[in-house]
Amino acid sequence: MKTRMQPIGSAWQKLPRIVRDLCNDLNKKIELVMIGADTELDRQVMEMIKDPLTHMIRNSADHGLERPDARTAAGKNPIGTIKLNAFHEGGHVIIEISDDGAGLNIERIRAKAISSGLVSEAEAGQLSEQQFANFIFKAGLSTAEKVTSVSGRGVGLDVVRSNIEKIGGTVDVRTTAGKGSVFTVKIPLTLAIVSALVVEACGERFAIPQISVNELVRASDDSRHRIERIKESLVLRLREQLLPLVYLGDVLRIQDRQTGNHSDSGNPQQRKDEFVVVTQVGTFRFGIVVDKVFDTEEIVVKPVAPILRGIAVFSGNTILGDGSVIMILDPNGIADACGNIRDEQEEDTQEPAAASDASEKISMLVFRAGGPEPKAIPLSLVSRLEEINCADIERSNGKDVVQYRGQLMPLVRISEEYQLRAEGRQPLLVFSDAQRTMGIAVDEIIDIVEDTLKIELSSGKPNMLGTAIINGAATEIADVGFYLLKAFPDWFKESRKSRGKKIQHALLVDDSAFYRNMLAPLIASAGYMVTTVENADQALALRENGTVFDVIISDIEMPGMNGFELAKDIRKDTRWREVPIVAISSNGAKEDFERGREVGFTDYVMKMDRASLLRSLSEIIYANGEAA
Amino acid sequence: MSASTSARPENENATTLAPAVRRTADYVTMVVAGQLFGIPVLEVHDVFSPSKLAFVPMAPLEVEGVLNLRGRIVTAIDLRLRFGYPARAADAKKMAVVIEHHGEPYSLLIDAVGEVLSLDEALCERNPVNLDPRWRDISEGVYRLDNELLVVLALHKIIKTSNGAMAA
Repeated sequence: MKTRMQPIGSAWQKLPRIVRDLCNDLNKKIELVMIGADTELDRQVMEMIKDPLTHMIRNSADHGLERPDARTAAGKNPIGTIKLNAFHEGGHVIIEISDDGAGLNIERIRAKAISSGLVSEAEAGQLSEQQFANFIFKAGLSTAEKVTSVSGRGVGLDVVRSNIEKIGGTVDVRTTAGKGSVFTVKIPLTLAIVSALVVEACGERFAIPQISVNELVRASDDSRHRIERIKESLVLRLREQLLPLVYLGDVLRIQDRQTGNHSDSGNPQQRKDEFVVVTQVGTFRFGIVVDKVFDTEEIVVKPVAPILRGIAVFSGNTILGDGSVIMILDPNGIADACGNIRDEQEEDTQEPAAASDASEKISMLVFRAGGPEPKAIPLSLVSRLEEINCADIERSNGKDVVQYRGQLMPLVRISEEYQLRAEGRQPLLVFSDAQRTMGIAVDEIIDIVEDTLKIELSSGKPNMLGTAIINGAATEIADVGFYLLKAFPDWFKESRKSRGKKIQHALLVDDSAFYRNMLAPLIASAGYMVTTVENADQALALRENGTVFDVIISDIEMPGMNGFELAKDIRKDTRWREVPIVAISSNGAKEDFERGREVGFTDYVMKMDRASLLRSLSEIIYANGEAA
Repeated sequence: MSASTSARPENENATTLAPAVRRTADYVTMVVAGQLFGIPVLEVHDVFSPSKLAFVPMAPLEVEGVLNLRGRIVTAIDLRLRFGYPARAADAKKMAVVIEHHGEPYSLLIDAVGEVLSLDEALCERNPVNLDPRWRDISEGVYRLDNELLVVLALHKIIKTSNGAMAA
């Protein structure tokens, strides 16, 4: 940084010579006074201001200073003075160019401004002299009566201004009639100073460089701009476009530290008033949703400490005017972060099969029943959501039933203690399994969320598979198999009877603990004794032990030996050659189906399609029964 | 004390002890979760009571935030979290000791600052073999004080390992 700094005096070296030439050209006597030549500023900035400075000196010499005779008449020293003064002030370099000339002729500027259409007569009446003085920076306005070789063409100060503004500086003029004018150029010490928008998300403040901000939109439920969602993706209708949105709190993964709530993007309704910072990175436009927008501030970008350099969403940090430290967001990093979300979602839809249970996303129906804590069931198992009149609930044979679509549907409670509603409407989750339908009574259906299902804690209760984190909250996963058994205890007895006395032995091969927990009770309910293993190797080890199975149900996508290879292996060896194998897969691709048949699978069903799996199993049982 | 750096000539005290040259080292002592630590006094740039910390999302766990110390941005590292202690209560008193690492200022957040001790290097011992591996890295040695033990912090390692990969 220090090596970039140079004294401003090196940019002033040529000025005395220029002034001397001007003296000859204009027949004026001018003295140039330079103060603060040792003021340092960024070399790059200095290059940018060299030409504007020269122009302003010329301008002062030509327009500002009067001719010696006029000066004598006004009682001034015939030698005019142009003073250059440079100094540091609050992170900026200030350069003042002052002359002791006649000052700006405000009347003439006013007339010129009106005649050239820069301002209407009516508006002109409301402007102060100081505001008119600044009109000299507008294009096409010159107050010199005649065009000289030096100046008066009306292009000049507007170029000066645009050059200074290009490097984030400002230029201003103050004038006193008869005493002279002072041009003040305020430029940043270094180009590392940027203008930034200070915003707040989840109680923390961040700065967004203004240069990448297109606009700010206030979004609330009752205004024209409302945040809408397509599945989890949040969007904003902005004129003729749909703008993808990200919550800053989510990108930065901040917990709301005041309330302890997770910044919950899933509930835009609860947020009344939000601001969308429309940001552009390259050609990618997106909106960053923040809670509050403060002000813009000029900030000096300071690099973050090495320990924090790995965080892509920050480009630096800075100290604000109030002394607090603030992190500067890098719009590129944020765009990448939302790009990643997008990519992940694409991956999910393209190859859900490749995912293991740790990253597999499943749609879960989250509900509340018998307690404030959320419970969930995989959505694909639920046939319908219904609401029935409590008066329609009847009791028969010690069970709650309702008449539903011409059938009697048993109602199951989520737990023994759970009380059905006495009046009003009772929400139900309806499950249809083969010919039977049952309803689970719940208090409230909260949401449908897509999340990875990883059972973190196993449950001691028979009706729950365990507890998983769904949507950031600990959620109990209900075991539908348990409730099915509860609703139709007789069904299994009957079907077992029809199958004959021999209990059949099934082997379930699946790497996902979730599916093992899910499917084992289901297969058991179809009348099998179930053995579960995690992978093909364990399955083959059982074969080596001499264990005999009546049916093998195997996942296709498994780490190590996959389902196809397992089936091939089984078909090669005499021991298990005749055992029917049912493939279960979360991937319904037709090629897989064909391939499954080729390698020797008896049937191929979707993992979540319990009805097909049961049908397939009963067919196999039937076939086995025939064979026996 | 071969591992430690601070055999400083000005601390040599040859006149009072005739037979052997006794070397001493000065340490700023501090307390983190009841454990006494020491930092060579010359490493310490500042000791102050931190007030306004700006939170840095997605930062390593032990980075408590960044703060403004007389116009410099200082990264605050909570030694409690760095050493694997539970976080301190929100209202608990804390102090900050500013050190420099590769020209960057870091402030170590601790529970309390003690006095400066001038210790005989002969009292310093190597890390006990059963020391927690996490601690073995950040300790340069242990001083046997009269009623407690003082762990000499290896400052460069505190910053280095908390960065995962070495930064500079």
